[in-house]
Formats: sequence, C-alpha cells, structure tokens
Amino acid sequence: MLKINHISKSFGGKPVIQDISGEFKKGLTNLIIGSSGTGKSVLLKCIVGLINPDEGNVFYDLRNFTEADKEMKAEIRREIGMLFQGGALFDSKTVEGNVMFPLDILTKMPMEEKLDRVNFCLQRVGLENVNKKMPSEISGGMKKRVGIARAIVNNPNYLFCDEPNSGLDPQTSILIDDLIGEITHEFDITTIVVTHDMNSVMGIGEQIMFLHKGRKLWEGSNKDITHSGVEELHDFVFSNKVMQSLKEKG
Amino acid sequence: MTGFGRYILFLGSLVVRMESFKTYYRLTLEECVQIGLKSVWLVALVASFMGAVTTVQTAYNMVSPLIPRYVISQVVREMTILELAPTIIAVIFAGKVGSSMAGGLGTMRITEQIDALEVMGINSASYLVLPKIIASLLMYPLLVVVAGVSSMVAGYLVGGITGIITPTDYIYGIRFYFDDYSVTFAMIKSFVFAFLISSVSSFKGYYTTGGALEVGIATTAAVTTSVIAVLTADYLLAQLLYVR
Repeated sequence: MLKINHISKSFGGKPVIQDISGEFKKGLTNLIIGSSGTGKSVLLKCIVGLINPDEGNVFYDLRNFTEADKEMKAEIRREIGMLFQGGALFDSKTVEGNVMFPLDILTKMPMEEKLDRVNFCLQRVGLENVNKKMPSEISGGMKKRVGIARAIVNNPNYLFCDEPNSGLDPQTSILIDDLIGEITHEFDITTIVVTHDMNSVMGIGEQIMFLHKGRKLWEGSNKDITHSGVEELHDFVFSNKVMQSLKEKG
Repeated sequence: MTGFGRYILFLGSLVVRMESFKTYYRLTLEECVQIGLKSVWLVALVASFMGAVTTVQTAYNMVSPLIPRYVISQVVREMTILELAPTIIAVIFAGKVGSSMAGGLGTMRITEQIDALEVMGINSASYLVLPKIIASLLMYPLLVVVAGVSSMVAGYLVGGITGIITPTDYIYGIRFYFDDYSVTFAMIKSFVFAFLISSVSSFKGYYTTGGALEVGIATTAAVTTSVIAVLTADYLLAQLLYVR
C-alpha cells in the first residue's frame, strides 16, 4: 500500500498541486486522472521522488519516503518499476539490454538466470524475437511494452505508469491498459497510472483519484465515475465524444 | 556564481552513492573507445596539418641567412609540444567529444532516461558522467601524444618534400636543446584540459531542460564554455608552471 499525506508543490511561487492526500491499494490499478496541466505528472514525480514536495509525505508501506535518507530512498526505489510517457528506453542498449539493465545493476544474478528472466518478461508483454533490436528499430507501442517489461523485471512492489497510452492508436492503447491491469493482479503489486484517457479510466480504473486545478476533487471507482455529482469530473468524463453518445443513448 | 556553485555540487554528486567497481570499469572502457579511439584519426589529421603549416610558415618568416635551418624544426617542436598539441587539440576535443557528451546527456534528460535511472535508485550523475571524465583523463593525454608525433612527422615530410629543410637538419633541430620538462608541462595541461572539457560539457548536458532546441543550446554552451575554461586554464598554467 502507498499513502500520500497533504502533498503540495509550487513552481516559481505558483501552486501546481495543493494538499493532496490519499491511499493507493495493493493489487489494484489506481488511476490519477484529470485534464492536462492539473498536476498529475507532478504528483507522480513527487511520489517517486523525482521532485521533492514542498509539503507533505509519501509512505511506502509505512516507510516515510519523503523524509528518508539517501540510502533508504535508494532501497525503496529498488522496489519501484516505472513506465515513462515516451518509454525512456536507453538508446545505446538493445531491447534485451534495456530489460536486463535493472538486473545488471541491482542484482548479482548469473547471466543465464538474467536472460531467462528477461525472456519471461518480454514474453509476458507479448514481445518475442526482438531481443537484439535497438529502441530506434521498434514501434511506439513496442517501446511501451519494453518499458513495461523493464519495469517488472525486478519484481517490483510498486508500478508507476505516466500516460502509458500517449501517442498510441486506440487498439494498442487497450492492449497496454489490459497488460497493466493483468500484471497488477498477477504480481499483486500497487499500480498507479496517470492518464487522461477515458478508455483507460473505464477499462482499468479500479480506484480513481480525480485532480482539478491542482486539487483532489473526487475519489472512487470507474463504476461510480459517471454519477459522481462533481461538476468538474462530469465535464471531464463527458468531454469525450464516445461518452457523450453513450450518455445521449442513456 | 550560481552556475559555478551548481557545477561544484555536480562534481560532488559524482562520488556519492556509487555503483560497483565492475560497473564503472565496463562503462569507462566503453567511453575510452568512444572518446579516445574514435578521435585518433581526426586528431592525427588536424595535428598533421598544424605541423605542416608551422614548418612552412616558420621557414617563410626566417629571412636571415644567419639563422640555421634546423631552427625551423626546433620551433615546430616547441610549438607543438607546448601549445598546438595540448591546447589546439583541446579545442577540437571540445568540439567533437564535449558536444557529443552534452548532446547525449541532454537527450537522455529530455527523453526521461535520466529519470528512469534515478527511479531505479541509481545515482545518474555518477553512473553517466564519472566514466566519461575518467575516460577523458586516460585518453586525452594519449591523443596529445598522437597529435605531437603527427605534427612533427608531418613537418618532417613537408620540409623534406618541399626542400624547405633537409631531413638531417630537421632531426637535428628536433633534438637540439630538448628539455623534457616541456613534455611534463604538456601532460599536466592535458589532464587539466581533459577534466575541464569532460566535466563542463557533462554539466551542461546533464542539466538540460526543455526539448530538442534546448539540447542544441546546451551543446553550444558546452563547447563555448569548455573552450573558454581551457584557454583560461592554459594561461594560468603557463603562469604557474613556467616559474621554475
């Protein structure tokens, strides 16, 4: 379980996120949603420690990450897997090298074992026979899958995904969403996905936090989202043409 | 001053939370190939032209028949060892290797590859930059040696082919009153310049923010700042090390 307490962050005196608290449950796909510029990615970066919040704390299974020393932070980070918006694959390494990288750095596994683990993860995300390809030789969707394989290769307890569907076609988006959902349940990890894609919300949003203008306005599941009673969330959900037509059809 | 303070903090961050020796050893060897071996031909080519031009221009300016011809190669030797090889090659090194370091790190920053390392609990500055600095410290002095030899060999060939100076006179001039302190001086300069170029370029690249345009700006800044740092250090070292 991951808990955030009163997180606030400003840039140049301008508040980007304000007083956000919440719990992200283990074994569930937790979504942080909201329009562009509402502070979703900033909140995610505060949670993983890429940005230090001005106020508030992040707890990883009761361990205070925000106030931890560098050693403790490094230790917690080794339990984290993260899928970045653009995949963030290392250009100089092959697909296999990218997925193996956390094992090379963080473990002392023998090479054979590492290769088995890499092949298992690549198979798990539906990629085969791409081990020796460079990131520049594969498609955007494949990069995301390699990113997921790299994120799960070290058996993380926490999986973070920043806009996993950005730049992908609808079919590939659904595949990536399903993959994230399946992995969360299969490995019983705490997954947090930042997105503004309504397909993801309706598809995998078991626990959703809605942000608007840097504040948390609503929390619930995808089953409750269409009748939340929150005007801003209603506007966000039904700004999507598909959702609009569904609403019109009742 | 803020920038200089950040640079000092950046240097400090290279030696904390380090990975295993094996990791740095492998990365440093990879960087040695990128930085050193892949620069040998360019350095040899540039230095050869420098040596050839110095030979021709020295001969052109020596109008007095009272000055022996072997002075040409003596001048080529001194200029090559003290300035052309360490300093001019540093400018070439900053343009080729420094820009590549800044561009590479800047691209890694804007494509979140550096964030990916940090999220894994790796000290990205140390992991990415320290091997580049160590490899530069190892390879740049060797490149300076290559440059020195290429320059003097090119002077020998051009002098002989054009009839400016006989091969015997050239060799005599190269050996005449040779002070090995100038080689020590060139090596000290090489280490200082290698450190400045690699660390300044990496610093500029590592802290890039924005997009492709900013990577270009960081790359330009890396080259200009490191060249200015090299020239400033060149002057300071001349003041310090010539006093014997």
